[in-house]
This record gives sequence, C-alpha cells and structure tokens, in this order.
Amino acid sequence: MALSGLDIYKLLPKTNCRQCGLATCLAFAMQLAKKALPIEKCPFVSAEAKDILEAQALPPIKPVILGTNEFRFELGNETVMFRHEEKFRNPTGVGFIIDDSLTDDEIILRLEKINQLKFERVGQLLAVNLVALKQNADGARFLQAAAILLKHTALPLMLISNDPAVLKQAAYLLKDRKPLLYSANRQNLKSLGELAKELDLPLVVSGQNIDQVSQLTQELNACGVKDLILDTGIKPLADKIWDLTQIRRQALKKLNRSLGYPVLAIVDQADPYQEAMEAAAYISKYAGIVLIKGLEAWEALSILTLRQNIYTDPQKPLQIDPKLYAIGTVNPSSPVLVTTNFSLSYYTVLGEVESSKVPAYILSVDTQGMSVLTAWAAEKFNAEAITKALTVSGVKETVGHKNLVIPGYVAMISGDLEDQSGFKIVVGPKEAAGLPAFLKNLH
Amino acid sequence: METQLVLEKWPGSISVVTIGAKTAEGGSRSQTVQIGGQTALPLMFKEGVMPNRPKIAFEIWDIAPVDFEQELMTAYGRAINDPFTWAQVCVDEFKADLICLKMQGTHPDFGDRSPQEAAKFVSKFLNQIKVPLIITGSGDNAKDNLVLPACSEAAKGERCLIGSAVQDNYKTLVASVLADGHSIIAESPIDINIAKQLNILISDMGLSLERIVIDPTIGALGYGLEYAYSIMERARLAALSGDKTLACPFICFVGQEAWRVKEAKADGRQGIAWETLTATSLIQSGADILVMRHPKAAENVLWYTDGLFRGQ
Ligand code: SF4
Repeated sequence: MALSGLDIYKLLPKTNCRQCGLATCLAFAMQLAKKALPIEKCPFVSAEAKDILEAQALPPIKPVILGTNEFRFELGNETVMFRHEEKFRNPTGVGFIIDDSLTDDEIILRLEKINQLKFERVGQLLAVNLVALKQNADGARFLQAAAILLKHTALPLMLISNDPAVLKQAAYLLKDRKPLLYSANRQNLKSLGELAKELDLPLVVSGQNIDQVSQLTQELNACGVKDLILDTGIKPLADKIWDLTQIRRQALKKLNRSLGYPVLAIVDQADPYQEAMEAAAYISKYAGIVLIKGLEAWEALSILTLRQNIYTDPQKPLQIDPKLYAIGTVNPSSPVLVTTNFSLSYYTVLGEVESSKVPAYILSVDTQGMSVLTAWAAEKFNAEAITKALTVSGVKETVGHKNLVIPGYVAMISGDLEDQSGFKIVVGPKEAAGLPAFLKNLH
Repeated sequence: METQLVLEKWPGSISVVTIGAKTAEGGSRSQTVQIGGQTALPLMFKEGVMPNRPKIAFEIWDIAPVDFEQELMTAYGRAINDPFTWAQVCVDEFKADLICLKMQGTHPDFGDRSPQEAAKFVSKFLNQIKVPLIITGSGDNAKDNLVLPACSEAAKGERCLIGSAVQDNYKTLVASVLADGHSIIAESPIDINIAKQLNILISDMGLSLERIVIDPTIGALGYGLEYAYSIMERARLAALSGDKTLACPFICFVGQEAWRVKEAKADGRQGIAWETLTATSLIQSGADILVMRHPKAAENVLWYTDGLFRGQ
C-alpha cells in the first residue's frame, strides 16, 4: 500500500525548521506523498527514512529487460488493472518454444520461420520477441541446440532445463545474449540464484501457486537476485487467469514486492486455434511473456494484432501525420480522397487504393486520431476542417483539378464543403472496401 | 507466509435475461436460454457466481447471403441457399444455442420484402426451427420500423430478443416488444453514456431493464476491438458497483465485423482465427451472446467457454 502523508511524517525529523521551504514537516510530508517534491529538499532526513521512501517510490511491478541487441524488450512496469484507467505499457513478449529433440535442420527451419514473423499493420511493426529452447534429450544435445540458436536468430533467448548443471553450461555458452533462465524452484534455488547473479541474467521463478512463488522471490531477493519473472505453471485457463489477475492485484493494490514482477504464461495446446485463444487470453490478462509453439503466420498475426489492440494507449489512438500522401505514380489529374488522421482510417483507405492500382492522393485531415464518424460528430471532420486541410496541405498547388472524394458516411457535409472549399464534392463509398470499384469507375 | 488474497466483493449484479418460451410458457421453443446473472467481473469465478456461460447465436439471413466470403459459403455448402436448411444445420450439426435471424431481405437494396412477407417468414421459421430466436432488422431504420413490429407480432409469446433500438429510433420497437412479450437489443455507438441513456429511455416506456440486452457496437480484431473491450469493462465495473441502468447482458455481433476485414478475407484459417479471437477477447470483457458466422470459429469459442466453465 502506498504510504500516506502521515506515515511519511513519522519518518521526518519533526523539527519544523523550514529548510525544505515549507512551514512544517507535516506539510513537506504531504508534498512527498503526492510525489510533488523530492526527499532531497530536507537536509536532515535520516538515511533509514530515505531508504524506506526510495523503496516506496520504486515501480510496483519491476521492469525487466530481456535480450541485449536491437530486439531487446522491457516487460513489467505496469500500473493499472484496466486499460481505460491509463494504459498498458509494455506489450506482452510473444515467444516460441523449440524442443532440442528436433534435428539441427528442423531447428534451423523453425528459427528461419520465427525470424520472418514480422507484420506491418496500421503503420506499426508487429514482431515476435523471444525463442525458448527446451531440453528433452541429454545435456550434450541441449548445448548443441543452444549453439544453433546463437547462430541462427538474433531474438532474445530463453533456456528451459530441469538440470541446473546443464543450464549453467548453456547459460555460459549464451552469456553475451543474456538468456532468460527457466527456472528456479524450491530444489535448485541456491544454484540457479548463484548462476543468475554470476552472469547477471534474468531468472524465472516457478511454483505451483502464488504462495510458493512469493516465498521463492523473497529468498532470491535476499541473495541479491533482482531480475525475476514469475511462473505458476500450466493449469486450466480459468485458474491461470485467476493467478495472473491476483498477482497483478497484489503488486498494484498491496504493493506486495514479492509478487511485483512480470509473469510468464506457457500455452500448452496442440491445436493452433486453441493455442491462439489461450495466448490471447493471457495477453489481455496481464502476462508479461506468452510462450507458444505454433509457427503459422496467420496464427502469429492474429495474436500480435490482439496485443496491438490491447496495448494501444486509450487516450492516444494511433495517428499519422496529417498531410497529403501520394500513392502510386500520381499526376496532376489523379483523384484526391480525403480521410482522417486516425491510423486505422488512413491505412484502410491506403490498402484499398493500392489494391485498386489507381494512382491517387490521400488527404489526411488532423482529427486528433478520431475516426471518420467520431470526428464528424466532434466537428473535427466538417466543412471547415477539410477546407483548412485543403489549403494547408497544398492540394491546390499539387493537382490540376478541383474534385474531392469524401467518405460515404459524411455525405451530409457535401453542400457546406462545396461552398466553403470551392471544390466539387464526389461522395465515395461508405466502406473502404468499395474504393477499388469506385476508383476504376471514376476514370 | 500465506499471501493475503485481494478479493473483490460487489454490491451489484447483472440481470438475467431469458430468451425463448416453451409450450408451458406460451411459446413453442424446445428449450430456453438464459444469459447474465453474474455477480463478479468476467471469469473471476472465485469472487461470485457466473450462472450462465456465454452463448453462441448463429447468424442466419432470411435470404441467401449476398456478400459472404467464399470461406463461409464453403463451410455451409448448399444449405446456405435456403434459410430453413441453413438454420437447421446450425442447430443439428453445430449445436447452436440460439439463432440470430437477420431480416436482410426486407432492405430496400436486398429485395425490399414487405412487412407482411417478413411476418409470414418469421411464423414459418418458428414452426420449423425450435431453438430460441433473436430477430434483427436489415439496418434501414425507416423500413425496420415497419418490419420489426410485424415480426414481433408474428412471434408473439415466443420471448424473442429483437433489435435494434437506437437512441434516435427506439419508440416503435419498444412498444412492439412490450406488447408481444419479447426482450430488446439496445444499440449504442461505443459510448457508455449513450448506452446508459438509451436504457433509461427504454425503461421509461415501461419495458423493464431486465428485458434489455446491450449491443455496445464492437469492432473486429485489429479494427477497434479495444474500444468495445474497454467500454464493456467500464460498464461492467459500473454495473457491479450498483448502477442498475448498465446491469444488462451484452450481445456482440462478432461474425459480421470479423468477416468484413482484409485479414479475414485474405486467408480462410486466418478468417476463422479472426472471428474466434474477436469473440474470445470480448468474452473476457463480458460478452454474453456472440453472434457468429463461421461454424469452425463457433466450435473454437465453444471449446473456450467449455474449458472456462468446466467445474464452475
Ligand atoms: S527541512 Fe526537513 S526537518 Fe526541516 S521542516 Fe522541512 S521536513 Fe521538517
């Protein structure tokens, strides 16, 4: 629980000396509680009080970084239970488990597929994040397979083995890539804790339930292992969602440091649809990492798109630069289509214009990221706004005609817009899907 | 040391809506379907009761569908050309809890069937198909105001769910639904305040809140899904905190949204995944009825809800 002003007051010198610029220690304590002033403003605060207050200021869910190169990613550091309260910050890392019992060629083939799982959607690159190698055969095979990973993928790596000695050898082999180790449990706590510390590696902590995990993180923390990721094992979906929710609540609502870490969820379903549904459930419900096996592009795209949706900042819908975009080999007689600067609107129109193969201009109006109808209702996509955009974007200097295509949904502004802009308004289709046919008939 | 769990207790609950009436209740359905009744947030089984699992309604048209993706046409085969056969396949083979009958053929651009013809169609449909029924208009407000009252009357006593009422067009439908003993779908444009306002307007006409199902207007995966997702979470939080005007179950028209998008059209399996994940994600934020199109996607969602509700 966050410290109240009164709790903080008890830690201050209570001399009311005014050095901090406030009349009393209590007043200063209130400012600290609001995080409006730094503790350094009071020169007389004890070291012990400072420690308590600094610990208090740490994020409730520890940020952990996986990987070392341009593919490294942060997880944790979340602050809310529901995305509408602010936003979800660090998109769930999506990773793939590869068994070392596969042949070298099979492993390489899989890695090549994984490396290619990248998609561009509404102006963002959607990519997978992690490759986890799982030991099924003997230790020597695990090390061979680890060497293949090292060579054939640049993604962050994870090592899954029940044998601490083998895990250690593999960790040394991959140490420059800072692999995530899986996993510390009651039996191997000491050796894995030491290994993680020695090589400064992040470590997964496994237990069957929240209590066990919490106990283990406290012990590891006491030994100085700080970068932890929690795992409560494979269990039925409803139980897993309960664990994930409870851990998030413990961290945020009770500031329970022993559970204030990102959580890993392993999906164990052979059917790709079932695997995707479960992965999606964990992405929506707080998982920091989701591990799957399926490599089909359609499965990955649907999971990554869900992640993109859930992790979009609700206060800041994805936007693009409001300006005039030339699509294809345009000339001064190419048609001009107007839409909003909401990414989804723009990219949907763009996709259809491209597939129509008719060169055209798209004028993106600054609607602060609102979609066509929302922006129209908010008067950000009306005759005034579009007229202004026509001027500012230089349409008049770029094209040699005065025709403008507007979305079918805002047909009602045609008259006003024609009067104000001096352009001849052509009402386009309601759905972007109608654009190819529409554009072809325009000529 | 044992962790002290953070448990949430809510004063409010979601109302229970029953769809369908058996013979003893004045209808002719083989079964009834109940939705709602939750006393905790979605899937938080340890914090309250979830007496009814989310239900799947198969979307059927009163005419052969015009612009369905090939993937959908193939999934149903020839059955899709006849609404009665199409619906029967959904019931017999795909275990439909409900059928959502869309009166598309009454739309001025899709055949412009008269209200009388629509009423006759509904009567025949009720005779042949015995699961509880959802009836929706073609989306043409003026025409729906003529068609839906006729359908409502033809289905009198069958306790259907009929929609949709919207903020500036609800009175005609509410009056019919009230007179014929049905429940209503209240549609709001991804806006929690309008949802609330519309529910109040409807209940002010005498149709109780317990006979309203909210359509929050959803977007497909990748196309605004997150807006509806959050609106539904917010509405549930408000309802469980005691706001009765938002304590209605949700209906989500998943199939029509999912199959419109580029990604679904690009590849059959991707389309199925698209419809599937749109549905399961909305279940996590509180969906009670999922109106779906592809039988494989429906089968996936059934697997998902069976797993979640097993042992509850
Ligand atoms: S400087 Fe420190 S001791 Fe002095 S009034 Fe401020 S808080 Fe109190």
